[in-house]
Amino acid sequence: MDWPALALSLQLALWTTVILVPVGIVVARALAWRRFAARGLVEAVIALPLVLPPTVLGYYLLTAFSDASPPGRLYESLFGQPLAFSFQGLLLASVIFNLPFAIQPVQRAFEGLPPHVREAAWCSGLSRWRTFWRVELPLGWLGVLSAAVLTFAHTLGEFGVVLMVGGNIPGETRTIAIAIYDRVQAFDDQTAGTMSALLLMFSFSAIAVVYLVSYRVSGRDGR
Amino acid sequence: MTGADLALGLRVRLEQETPIPLAAGFTCGPGEMLALVGPSGSGKSTILRCIAGLHRPRVGEVGCGQEVWLDTTRGRHLPPQRRRIGYVFQNYALFPHQTALGNVLAALGDVPRAARQRRGRELMALVNLEGLESRRPADLSGGQQQRVALARALARDPSVLLLDEPLSAVDQVTRRKLQRELARLRQRVNIPIVLVTHDLEEARMLADRVCILHRGETLQTGTPEDVMTRPADARVARMVNLSNVFHGTVVAQVPGSMTRLRWLDHTLACRFQGGFEPGQSVDWVVPQQYVILHQRVRPSRGDRENPVTGVVEDFVLLGDIASITLLVEGRPDVSLSLTVPTHVARRNRLQRGEQISVSLLSEGLHLMMPRTESDANAATGY
Repeated sequence: MDWPALALSLQLALWTTVILVPVGIVVARALAWRRFAARGLVEAVIALPLVLPPTVLGYYLLTAFSDASPPGRLYESLFGQPLAFSFQGLLLASVIFNLPFAIQPVQRAFEGLPPHVREAAWCSGLSRWRTFWRVELPLGWLGVLSAAVLTFAHTLGEFGVVLMVGGNIPGETRTIAIAIYDRVQAFDDQTAGTMSALLLMFSFSAIAVVYLVSYRVSGRDGR
Repeated sequence: MTGADLALGLRVRLEQETPIPLAAGFTCGPGEMLALVGPSGSGKSTILRCIAGLHRPRVGEVGCGQEVWLDTTRGRHLPPQRRRIGYVFQNYALFPHQTALGNVLAALGDVPRAARQRRGRELMALVNLEGLESRRPADLSGGQQQRVALARALARDPSVLLLDEPLSAVDQVTRRKLQRELARLRQRVNIPIVLVTHDLEEARMLADRVCILHRGETLQTGTPEDVMTRPADARVARMVNLSNVFHGTVVAQVPGSMTRLRWLDHTLACRFQGGFEPGQSVDWVVPQQYVILHQRVRPSRGDRENPVTGVVEDFVLLGDIASITLLVEGRPDVSLSLTVPTHVARRNRLQRGEQISVSLLSEGLHLMMPRTESDANAATGY
């Protein structure tokens, strides 16, 4: 059992989730309630990681991270180390790769709010900020929970992008999914099996919790 | 509105071409209920949204009392939070995750906790919902939800109350009950109330004045009686379900006494209506209650008032009343509608194909300026 790889995966998943949940809420609000010309385009870009092979996305990210490209150079000049094959690079890739998981459930939840309920809040004197905390979030929190759990679980299991931009550096970029692959390559089926079972159990419990909670809530609220 | 009323009342003027055409202007005094009436798509709800600050029109002014909420010439557009409005949405838009009382408390703002609770319960009592404070909207009936929405709208202590089709989502019995409650509530809150409805009957029952809307344009504003018996033009006449709209020519004016009107082969006497010249072609209307059936068994002197003869083309019993369509004698292309109590229809043995005569009461004949060519054609052509 490669414990450092599991710890690294958990760390990566946690940070990805922490960064993406607020981003997801902001973007999802805009997509759910604002009408702007480029809306379809923005949605298409966000959904792209769902259909693009992880290796393709990883390839482009790796190119962008390299010191031959402006973003890569900028990062290196600011932080004194390259993005590629680092935990920070992995985190950035993970954030981009998980955008659809963090945005779409929240967007659907906000779109499903009863009609005019936000306007009713404004007309009741609630500021936009208060409307968010008192009305939007309490009604859309299931979407936020789904987004968080999906992002976390998906990051934990991500393989292709991680391999492309992170490689396989123990303690820095070797996640549990890479470690499993590594063990299989070394014919260490027992360790690979244990780690796979662990990942399977974790992913299943995470998804099951989301479904159970949403059924209980919809039953209670009559929604 | 008097000057004092104007100082406390609501003033609205809105104009835009797109996305929804608007050309609306009206006022509503404190304690007055104004009904915006029109078919769906006539811009009624958009007007309410403009008053509330939920929609920003291209050009317009909205003010209440001393406050100016919208003035496009000065670039002023206050958000809904800064307009003292109470808004009852068509589907109530209650906060589903909060209790009935919670919905009301949410609109009470930053009032101290104890005072908030007290005021919330007062409002629940005002709308007859004591005992249901802890229910969620999903556990309330349509009528009860409507009352929660009303209590929430009143919680802000609004200076205008806006009601968007408040009775459209409830059953007939509840509607009658709520109508009575709304009428009672009006006596207790002395603020302008703007009611949006497509139901003319409801507007007539509840409102002091009605404002007829067509594609965002306010065609006529007046008392229900006024609008429904003296429409401004043929368009309004049709919108208030007046079917007897015709085309005629003014023959003579006897100031203070009567106006004579040529229509088909008839010369009709009307109550005097100034502003029309002899020889001028006009639209005219006679509401059904001014079309009186001549009793065959008992002719009377009243029968000499603007008599018109014709053949019954259609005869439909609608419970207590019978609706009759008459083809005017010699002009089978012109029809006149009237209603009579069913027992009168029976006593006169009315049936299809029967010849009958009616009087058009001169006090009910109302002349209107033909607006444009197309409007005149839209009347009936006669």
